[in-house]
Amino acid sequence: MSTATLTPTETIVSAKPRGRTHLPGQNPFGPLRIAAFVVLLLMAIGWLLPFLWAVATAFKTEPDAASGDPSWIGASGPTLDAFTAILSQGNVYIWAFNSLLTSVLITAITLAISALAAYAFSRLDFAGRRWLFVVIIASIVVPPQVLIIPLFYQMLTFNLVDTYWGLILPQIVAPVMVFILKRFFDAIPIELEDAARVDGAGRFRIFWSIVLPLSRPILASVAIFVFIGAWNNFLWPFLVINDTTLMTLPVGLQTVISAYGVQYAQIMAQAVLAALPLIIVFMIFQKQIVKGVVTSGFGGQ
Amino acid sequence: MTTSATSTRTIVTGRSSVRTQRAGSRHHRDQLVSWAFVAPFLLAFLLFLVWPIVHGIFLSFTNQSLTGAGGDLVGFANYAEALTDPVMWRSMWNTVWFTILSTVPLVLIALIMAALVDRGLPGQWLWRLSFFMPYLLASTVISQIWVWIFNPQIGAANNILKFFGLQPIAWLQNPDTNMLAIVIATVWWTVGFNFLLYLASMQNIPAQQYEAASLDGAGAWRQFWSITLPQLGPATVLIVLLQVLASLKLFDQAYQMLGGVASDTTRSIVQYIYETGFVGYRFGYSAAISYIFFTLIVILGVAQALITRRRKEQF
Repeated sequence: MSTATLTPTETIVSAKPRGRTHLPGQNPFGPLRIAAFVVLLLMAIGWLLPFLWAVATAFKTEPDAASGDPSWIGASGPTLDAFTAILSQGNVYIWAFNSLLTSVLITAITLAISALAAYAFSRLDFAGRRWLFVVIIASIVVPPQVLIIPLFYQMLTFNLVDTYWGLILPQIVAPVMVFILKRFFDAIPIELEDAARVDGAGRFRIFWSIVLPLSRPILASVAIFVFIGAWNNFLWPFLVINDTTLMTLPVGLQTVISAYGVQYAQIMAQAVLAALPLIIVFMIFQKQIVKGVVTSGFGGQ
Repeated sequence: MTTSATSTRTIVTGRSSVRTQRAGSRHHRDQLVSWAFVAPFLLAFLLFLVWPIVHGIFLSFTNQSLTGAGGDLVGFANYAEALTDPVMWRSMWNTVWFTILSTVPLVLIALIMAALVDRGLPGQWLWRLSFFMPYLLASTVISQIWVWIFNPQIGAANNILKFFGLQPIAWLQNPDTNMLAIVIATVWWTVGFNFLLYLASMQNIPAQQYEAASLDGAGAWRQFWSITLPQLGPATVLIVLLQVLASLKLFDQAYQMLGGVASDTTRSIVQYIYETGFVGYRFGYSAAISYIFFTLIVILGVAQALITRRRKEQF
């Protein structure tokens, strides 16, 4: 279990495209390639359509949206009414802020405590290290969904229901991230640390100024993975938060749908607004995010 | 210089059988430092994972209510009730059925997408964006979009059916089709994750293998069947297992797309846990169902570990 299967460099390279533009010896405009391109294009359009249709609906007036007219632009022309209606309510800003704040805190705390523990499991020797690591690895199999009852009970006991901490704390334990980080730390040449130790650097100094800078790619990867999970988490925030001003975006939007009834354009405007931040971030940092998702996604083995 | 470096290392790894007294006190300090590194995670781990697991087992043997009433030990009564509860079994079956229905397309479509994108066709950025973008959306957002598409009167899905001369369907309202609608939305939502995993695995196959094959006159199809596909075995095992474990946890989209209304044909086991605990206030009973579900997951987890180990031994 403790043997490293990936070196840091390999982990980084593995998610990197080869940059191959076409198969060797193959005509770049061969019929098979053109067919593949057409199929790919159709699939991409198919995958984008539902979202584009939501965007189109968001720009319609309510009567146009409710008319069931399948055209992309409503009969009364495009309008920002739905967006103005949503944004004038104010709750969306609060929910977006709550989502951002709690997701950032969850990511930061998870990363900090997981990296510290992973370093200890990788480099330090202490009584019980081995069995403790085995217990943590075994706990990867526990689905958070089965713990909602005792966790909620615990939050009631600690008086943390309807607080940010009640939302955050149960989400900071990520055994799989300890495993991924430990495997990465294992592969960092120990000579680098030995040299610093000879110079009298303490453990934390070494961790902070040698190990962490070398681990930037894996830390970014873990951070991206944790952040997406926290930003989109629904079940736990839905259970632990009842106060409208403390809700995250996914939970807040859910409560509003039932209240709105049949205002399709507004519901779609809301969905588009909630989706936008992560989509823009993804468009800018696509390469890093893809790499992060793949590294952490496969790390779970 | 060399000696001091080795002695430091001996203390670090702690594997030396002979320790000087000085090293002994250093060792003691090292123990403290080590525990300081582990302590924050360990504290969170014990508080928010280990304790809930243990307390949940205790709760499952009580008649604890969300209202604070109850809390008396009732032995195996909750488990006995759960195992004879038709709704529990129906939810379990719905969950397994959803897992089967969703895993097959989520793996196959991801494989097709990755195989096509790996051809190196122009537009790599766009392909990744189109296929992976839905994965970034919150369950609430995708639920709203698909409820709109599946609207029986004015939804896009029925417009497409009409275009092909088919009868409109009340997708989410009809118990025969609501699970299918949830599967379609789920495939659209999460296929991008498997797609990225497949794509990364394909890009790990050395280009030389393709070059050699094409020198031998193997075409694109032949190369895919003889080079790409066989080497995707380990990745496929992993992707299928991750997908099965993810699908078994169905709740968000099924709950939201039906507007929180319980339907016998879509209620997943997690939804039943939620309903018994937070709607019915029966914490004890809900905890018992959680542990029955947990057992199922553990069995799968052990199966996964065994498969992975056997695979490692083969290499």
